[in-house]
Amino acid sequence: MILKRALYHLVRKAATIRYPYVKTPMPDKFRGQISFDPKKCIGCKICMRDCPAGAIIIKKSEEGDIEAEIDLGRCIYCAQCVDSCPKKAVQYTARFELAQSDRKILKVRYRSEPKNPVKKQP
Amino acid sequence: MHDSGEVNIPIGPQHPALKEPESFLITLRGEKITAVNIKIGYNHRGIEKACEERTYIQDLYLIERICGICSHSHSTCFAQAVEEIAALEVPVRALYIRSLIGELERIHSHLLWLGVAGHEIGFDTLLMYTWRDREVVMDLLALLTGNRVNYGINTIGGVRRDISEEQIKEVKGAMDILEERTKYYVDIAEGEATLSKRLSGVGVLSYDDALRLGAVGPTARASGVERDVRKDDPYAAYAELDFKVITDKHADVYGRTLVRLKELMESYKIVRQIIKDLPEGPIVIKAPRKIPAGEALSRYEAPRGEDAHYVLANGTERPERVKVRAPTLANIQAVTHMLKDRYLADMPIVIAAIDPCFSCADRLVSVDGPGLKRKKTMTWEALRLFGIEWHKKQGIDISSLNKKISRMIK
Amino acid sequence: MAKALFNILIFPGFLFLFVLGLAVEYLDRKLYAKFQNRIGPRWYQPAADFIKLLGKEDMVPQEADAAVFKLMPAFALAANITAFLYIPIWEKKSLFSFGGDVIVVLYLLTLPTLTYFLGGWYSRSVYAMLGAVRSLTQLFAYEVPLFTCILASALLANTWSLEGMALFYSAHPGYWLFNLTGFAVSLVSLLGKLEKVPFDIPEAETEIVAGSFTEYGGRFLAFFRMSMNIELTVGAGLLAAVFLPFGLDLAPAFVFSLFIIKVVFIIGAVSLVRSIMARLRLDQMINLCWKYFAPLAFLQVLINLLAKWVLIR
Repeated sequence: MILKRALYHLVRKAATIRYPYVKTPMPDKFRGQISFDPKKCIGCKICMRDCPAGAIIIKKSEEGDIEAEIDLGRCIYCAQCVDSCPKKAVQYTARFELAQSDRKILKVRYRSEPKNPVKKQP
Repeated sequence: MHDSGEVNIPIGPQHPALKEPESFLITLRGEKITAVNIKIGYNHRGIEKACEERTYIQDLYLIERICGICSHSHSTCFAQAVEEIAALEVPVRALYIRSLIGELERIHSHLLWLGVAGHEIGFDTLLMYTWRDREVVMDLLALLTGNRVNYGINTIGGVRRDISEEQIKEVKGAMDILEERTKYYVDIAEGEATLSKRLSGVGVLSYDDALRLGAVGPTARASGVERDVRKDDPYAAYAELDFKVITDKHADVYGRTLVRLKELMESYKIVRQIIKDLPEGPIVIKAPRKIPAGEALSRYEAPRGEDAHYVLANGTERPERVKVRAPTLANIQAVTHMLKDRYLADMPIVIAAIDPCFSCADRLVSVDGPGLKRKKTMTWEALRLFGIEWHKKQGIDISSLNKKISRMIK
Repeated sequence: MAKALFNILIFPGFLFLFVLGLAVEYLDRKLYAKFQNRIGPRWYQPAADFIKLLGKEDMVPQEADAAVFKLMPAFALAANITAFLYIPIWEKKSLFSFGGDVIVVLYLLTLPTLTYFLGGWYSRSVYAMLGAVRSLTQLFAYEVPLFTCILASALLANTWSLEGMALFYSAHPGYWLFNLTGFAVSLVSLLGKLEKVPFDIPEAETEIVAGSFTEYGGRFLAFFRMSMNIELTVGAGLLAAVFLPFGLDLAPAFVFSLFIIKVVFIIGAVSLVRSIMARLRLDQMINLCWKYFAPLAFLQVLINLLAKWVLIR
């Protein structure tokens, strides 16, 4: 039984792939790194409250400028923030190869454009 | 070492036979085992205490990460308990989707177990074949839920994602492929000589012993005990589905293998029923953030046996007490009994046959009764100082590490 | 003098055997992977493993006997390389043939098992001692069928030297077909000598970590593994010389290629059996060897005696 199957597999293509030279694509709505759009954020901080790991920190200034920091080391990729956000500012991406050797790179920062930019003096 | 002809061998906490740390101190005479001393607790992470400091939504994800293989079981069990306290009526479509993911998880867990059992007896080919087939299920779960383990499909009051028509077609195709391959594994289990020689007569647990020692899941069902929470106390959509509870008369590791293989075939049947009868409707009902005071105990048939969660709510956003009783804790008592007077070579397969998941099992167990000293409770600070003192007595001074640790946390 | 140095150091001595050992390990691992529907390692993987192990720290446990611990890998390697020098590779005789060299090769093949036992026993770790004892217990099971089959083939040829057997079987083509039962039995018993599944009980990874090799690391482990590879080559070469002695009248280059092909075939059979069977328990293995293999081996001796009496007079 196994003998026949083993000999049959000798001539068939292998079931494994040569990662990292060959990669398989992830399906739609895969919960990889989350992306943040500061333009859509209104600073309600529901995502901050609901995050099980405390990975999102949102700061809203008085003019309405949003500054966000997402710590990829703390994130557990559960995407609860995606469900909680009322303005859909947080979305899924399929990126999961996020390993770094420097912890500071894992803290990803976003800022929105300042609403009242100060014009530079010539 | 050879004063009485007996040798003490430590199997674990780190050992290639164990997937997770656990200590078995085995006393050997030649190749025969005379005594087994079991110690667990190496994977205790304080999850039950951590649950009390997080809201119910955050707790769902924390409880899900107790174990990687039975993650959906824990998450559903917890959600069921909270929904019972809050008296929420979960929509039927959500119940069906929960059962679907639960059965897919059972398929994935049993295929994993088959591979691990093959590896423990030196049959690596079975490991490679079954784990290749497991990839079919994992890709399917990634398509349906967004991740291969830790599915995160539950929320208090229902599920988070819906299933589309194309995904249902994928599920059907996957079930066909897997059923054909599982039939091949059933043939191997019944026909391959070296396999049945290693598995038969090993780890015998009679019907009375299974009842006395409190075994659950396939371990008990292989001894003829007909216990399955899906039939005894139906939850989710199981009250409306038609399936059999698989038992076996062999009462040894071979019987457990057969029970798990036949449960795989039953799971394919159940999944096909679910996607055929999937009702229309909403997938979630809005749940309040503050759960009213009350308590509930909910049970779930995890791939390893009966999983029980107890939740005590006090009207705030955070639970007062969460207690988890995993199936492996119930099955471990039986291991000492099964290993008496067996060979050392049977030890890995007997331990693997109860499908141990020590990450699930290492929760707080308090023993209380007459004749025992009065128990006391400590605050966090007192516990930390106690730990430093204890280590000082062992000769390890960790006060110098204090500065390093506080610097790292910053 | 220069020729002797060339023979010992380059061909068919150290360098050739090292390269052949690495190639054999690659072939075994690649076939094993293919049977399991995987891709398998690349061609330079065994060489990379060897070099990596040489670079690691080699620790000697405090309670172990340091002298024995360090010498055992060298003994195993030496025994295996010496055994290879008696196997005919490119012509009917080897470099150092003499009457009775079959016995010497078999004796030299038993030495590595003894070194596994001594190395494991003097490591003083519980797992190593268990593995060492299992190694010797296994020796009592497979040795009788293996030796009896090889000696049965020698019996038919009426000589105790590999060169004599090669001459006899070349002179009487087709007589090696009498030994097919012995070939099958010794192929399975060879698995016991090489400690491969289904007989890899002394090195059962899931029961006793790594058996005799638990405490070995660094260059000691590198040499032990190299000696195991060369033992595989020697075993395959011995079986090829004893049971498949055909085509030996051609030019040396052809005989050498044929030898490589025979070795590849035997290693293919070893990999196949390795991938389709589970590991047996020690008591089951002893039962199997004494109840089934030993009688088959004696049956082979009977067949050969009968053939000798009928055909050769």
